[in-house]
Amino acid sequence: MAAIATEAHGHHDSHEHHKESFVSKYIFSQDHKMIGKQFLMTAVFMGVVAMLLSILFRIQLAWPGEGSDFVSFFLGDKWAPGGVMKEDMYLGLVTIHGTIMVFFLLTGGLSGTFSNILIPFQIGARDMASGFLNMLSYWFFFISSLLMLASMFVESGPAMAGWTIYPPLSALPQAISGSGMGMTLWLFSMSIFIASSLIGSLNYIVTVLNLRTKGMSMTRLPLTIWAFFITAIIGVLSFPVLLSAALLLIMDRMAGTSFYLSDIIVSGEMLTNHGGSPILFQHLFWFLGHPEVYIVLIPALGLSSEIISTNSRKPIFGYRAMIGSILAIAFLSFIVWAHHMFITGMNPFLGSVFVFTTLLIAIPSAVKVFNYITTLWKGSINFTPAMLFTIGLVSAFISGGVTGIILADAALDIMIHDTYFVVAHFHVVMGLSAVFGMFAGVYHWFPRMFGKMMNTTLGYVHFWITIVGAYGVFFPMHFVGLAGAPRRYYDYSVYQDFDVDAANMMIDLNVIITGFAILAALGQCVFLFNFFYSIFKGPKSGQNPWKSNTLEWTSPVEHMHGNWPGELPTVHRWPYDYSVPGAEEDFIPQTVPLAEGEEEH
Amino acid sequence: MASKLIVLAVIVLGIITVSQLMKVYQLSSKLSNKNEAEISEKNNNLNAKLMIVFVLALFAGFIWLMLKYGWTGRGMAASVHGHEVDWLLNLNFVIILFVFFLTHIVLFFFAYKYVRKPGVKAHFFAHSNKLEMIWTVIPAIALGVIIIFGLRTWNKITDVAAAESIRVELFSKQFDWTARYSGEDNALGKFDYKLTTDDNELGLLTTNTIDSAINNMENGISGIKALEDKLNDPSVVLSVQDRNDLMTDLDRKGRLIRLLHQMKGRHDSKADALAWDDIIQKDTLYLCVDKEYELNFRSKDVIHSAYLPNFRVQMNTVPGMTTRFKFTPDITTEDFRKTKHNPDFHFVLMCNKICGGAHYKMKMTVVVLEEEEYDDWMESKSFDTFKDKYFASM
Repeated sequence: MAAIATEAHGHHDSHEHHKESFVSKYIFSQDHKMIGKQFLMTAVFMGVVAMLLSILFRIQLAWPGEGSDFVSFFLGDKWAPGGVMKEDMYLGLVTIHGTIMVFFLLTGGLSGTFSNILIPFQIGARDMASGFLNMLSYWFFFISSLLMLASMFVESGPAMAGWTIYPPLSALPQAISGSGMGMTLWLFSMSIFIASSLIGSLNYIVTVLNLRTKGMSMTRLPLTIWAFFITAIIGVLSFPVLLSAALLLIMDRMAGTSFYLSDIIVSGEMLTNHGGSPILFQHLFWFLGHPEVYIVLIPALGLSSEIISTNSRKPIFGYRAMIGSILAIAFLSFIVWAHHMFITGMNPFLGSVFVFTTLLIAIPSAVKVFNYITTLWKGSINFTPAMLFTIGLVSAFISGGVTGIILADAALDIMIHDTYFVVAHFHVVMGLSAVFGMFAGVYHWFPRMFGKMMNTTLGYVHFWITIVGAYGVFFPMHFVGLAGAPRRYYDYSVYQDFDVDAANMMIDLNVIITGFAILAALGQCVFLFNFFYSIFKGPKSGQNPWKSNTLEWTSPVEHMHGNWPGELPTVHRWPYDYSVPGAEEDFIPQTVPLAEGEEEH
Repeated sequence: MASKLIVLAVIVLGIITVSQLMKVYQLSSKLSNKNEAEISEKNNNLNAKLMIVFVLALFAGFIWLMLKYGWTGRGMAASVHGHEVDWLLNLNFVIILFVFFLTHIVLFFFAYKYVRKPGVKAHFFAHSNKLEMIWTVIPAIALGVIIIFGLRTWNKITDVAAAESIRVELFSKQFDWTARYSGEDNALGKFDYKLTTDDNELGLLTTNTIDSAINNMENGISGIKALEDKLNDPSVVLSVQDRNDLMTDLDRKGRLIRLLHQMKGRHDSKADALAWDDIIQKDTLYLCVDKEYELNFRSKDVIHSAYLPNFRVQMNTVPGMTTRFKFTPDITTEDFRKTKHNPDFHFVLMCNKICGGAHYKMKMTVVVLEEEEYDDWMESKSFDTFKDKYFASM
């Protein structure tokens, strides 16, 4: 099933030299490389904002009630009189931190950046199937980012119902101030975000299916592309459900419908809504919400598969098993959503079914982990910063994955549901893994994106600070959760009234956690500096700095419209021919024809 | 303001300094022909060693936390099913900790051992059906065990409560809890949110409460009559906004009053007795040791979650529906305090679903008593039923 991209895009050669204006090159660009960079820059900015928010509420948790100049600097007198943030603002910060991290950094940023940059490059296409839709996808993302940021500055505060925005809290402005204008902006921002994500995903799917170059069969695709492809399919199937959840909520808020509301008295006001169900929202939300975890995670796993193989100078172990496990994870991700709802009053039998399907996911996940580890075995490892982050990813994927087994067990979930154990679990398994994958990707493909090299020593410093900081934050957090601390509490000194030991433990650990969080945040400054400095002043990169096999490294270092001068490269082999016995070099690019008598892997 | 300027100046100067240092570094690496893509032996080996240092530090930190805070971080369970849940948790922890330590040792040891060495080529090893079969089947078996044990416990916990178990309702609203005991008949009175008035905070359903809700809706301070009078009073000048708000309110109350009249028509006064003997209790929830309870949960406004960590109980309270959880406390507060060596300890009911600004303060003390003490307390409440309170407030 060889692709027929060459003919279809042949006409590019004739007019690729026309001059581009500043606007069409840097702003309304339809070039996948520029759009990828736009996604990356926006996501980095959003990520910095979300990280800052987390530091603000970590200060409140470690030193509750103590005034802080840092907090007052950012929140001002209205939201933090005397440097102590208000209860409502605390919830607002938590909500926006979660929303930005999950959607804007790890969905838009990770999948948006690397799908855009790598799909055309690695399948040997001149660009995405539709450059215009691709541009539209970015600008929708940009507008939704602006709306989300703006929501933090409205008078009644940002959305405060948690990133899962469960109604009725999110539907009733009488219940919490953030459910007024802030929530409206949140809902509109997310609706536009979903449109962006859908347009992007459809484009990725079409591109992978139709624009592969000659010889690039599906089983010769790098695992990165498989990951982006499957991620896009998951997104197309699940994001519309979130949109419907959001639209029904908008209707309940603005048109007086009762999809999620029934028999409510709030602030002395008796509402007439009857017959709706807040549980319905949770079903709709988590039908996206759980696949979303894999929308975040699978691209990171794809990037790391490529990086771990290149830098171990070994083929990825079990290529087909890796594809199979991504497919299995993607399929299962659609039938596990209600494990977020074991104790909502849902029928317990339904709970049992979801226990079963959820625990099944551990099997393909285990296969992936063991395959990563076997890829390292007897390798010849180069510790580039990207490789360090990849090993960090595998570690986080394990430590976060195993605690998922506890949470998936409904009987155990009763006790630890909505405690800090959950917070620690998902931050490690999806936050850390995905962020490590994203950093690995940035370090590895930076030469491809900017034609420059990032500084390796600063990369090392960044990695070691980040992993120490991250584990320093999240390991103690498991213990806070197992002791029973509910999440989204503004102040744990309430424990002093009934259990002094638990109160002391939580306060002690919260101080440790905040200390490590500040350390990790400072570590990111090293990255930001290295990143922006290297874009402008970094040393020029070579054609194929990591001696990698995939097609993107055959394209000229200086970006050009259409990616390759002249004909598109032809593919003759799979992308993982590293250290082939008898070969001269320890890598054989995909464009090298099979030697005489050589069998294709 | 000055301090903020100084901070900004320091940041800017810092960035400039680091940039200059980077320039020097790059000039020197250009002179020595260093390429960022080539990882030196020295750097490679340094990172390989750091891998080992890191994983040992990680294990040390983890074991320190386990020793200091208890290996699963919490106290003994205080309910019958709680012990089973704790046993299951320990089993699961043994399995996952084994996996965690094993995979981390292998991962970081391989990263250390197989760092690039001059002259050693990587071993071309692309797949092995046997190995892949092993690490598909073994996790599958382990998960089978986890699933079977887990579901057995889950089914037992969520099974229907025995007929003789004591019915207690926990009513949640921003930001407190109210308990309602079912009284002599061990049956909770029916309720409807539309019946909620100052004298009937839980909206219990009796002939009298329907009448007073109708009366309140029609003739209360902001009842239909008062609203109509205000709207029709020519001497009151209302802004368009205020007038619209009043009209909306009137419209809503018109709909509610119709529903209340329908309710009155359908109501069978025989059901009154169910509610009259109920006992409403604030601040502290008293339970009897070794008795099974069926907790019924209700919410007035938004979703809350009734979380009783010591009893390993948690269930969301959802507006518009009733949720349930059964459990049997098996140790009194007094005895539990002895095990904790803490005379001030209390069991607690907390809210564990984000419900508004004061979410973190929404709690209720729980006291588990010996049967005798519990009976005495019940006795003291027998003249304090809903009926007594309702008519006393008339």
